[in-house]
Amino acid sequence: MALRGRITINDNLCKSCELCISVCPEEAIRISDGINYKGYHPAEFIKDMCRGCALCSIVCPEIAIEVYRER
Amino acid sequence: MKKVFTKPKCLKDIPFHYCPGCGHSIIHRLVAEVIDELKISDCVIGIPPAGCAVLAYNYFDIDMCEAPHGRGCAVATGFKRAQPDKIIFTYQGDGDMAAIGTAETLHAANRGERITAVFVNNAVYGMTGGQMAPTTMIEQKTTTSPFGRRSEVEGYPLLITDLIATLKGPAYVARHSLATPAKILATKKSIKKAFEVQIKGLGFSLVEVLSPCPTNWKLSAVDAYKFLESKMEKEFPIGVLKDVTKRK
Repeated sequence: MALRGRITINDNLCKSCELCISVCPEEAIRISDGINYKGYHPAEFIKDMCRGCALCSIVCPEIAIEVYRER
Repeated sequence: MKKVFTKPKCLKDIPFHYCPGCGHSIIHRLVAEVIDELKISDCVIGIPPAGCAVLAYNYFDIDMCEAPHGRGCAVATGFKRAQPDKIIFTYQGDGDMAAIGTAETLHAANRGERITAVFVNNAVYGMTGGQMAPTTMIEQKTTTSPFGRRSEVEGYPLLITDLIATLKGPAYVARHSLATPAKILATKKSIKKAFEVQIKGLGFSLVEVLSPCPTNWKLSAVDAYKFLESKMEKEFPIGVLKDVTKRK
């Protein structure tokens, strides 16, 4: 069974640089329609596609992403 | 579910002031992770530069002391000689280390001071508005070289890390890039090695990190990382340039 994971994105830290989207192998992140208090459209997590590889958190300059993985 | 990635402990819970996609905050995180892994947060002293990272002391939960522009290695020398049991690192940009602080850096390296320097190279003066730096590449456009840098007028980019690697004092000299997640992890390993070299007292250690500046390169964050890999890594080849621990 493939690894399953989950990420949490802190909306108010995100500056919408889209680096996490460019590295995600499962395309499990997208830019949301909402606006955070800095005025950016933050990235948001699309459920059930994440494998918990943590590539998004490695490239995230704002340390806005926390990664959880099963096992 | 098990948490596999979170903020390092020695970074404070303060949002970074850097532009979207800036490499500085990634390098801050790597340095903080290394300090956490080596468990040296109570005996490490950091020296932030003048430049975009001038406010680095706001983010690190360790002792830090600001140095005058370019004098990071000189201030670090003083700290290390006064308190040899402390771990001292400087965090410097390309304007700081390759322009105004060349003399201080080269001589600290040549003396083999037991300090670690983290050198962030983004090929422009970021904070002052994107002027040409000594490390600006040929044909790269900046606000003071609007038609691109020309070698016959402005000279060639200064590869100060290669210069330092030719000296006898340094123990570990490496150049890395933030272009991909794998290279970011390699950068972290190298920074850890540089701190370990200092802890062992082998000599000066320097890690140059090629970092993107999307704002002053006039690119989107994703394109800036592609530019970093396709253009900048050709001008500044990445790799370990000197490692005395391997020779023994």
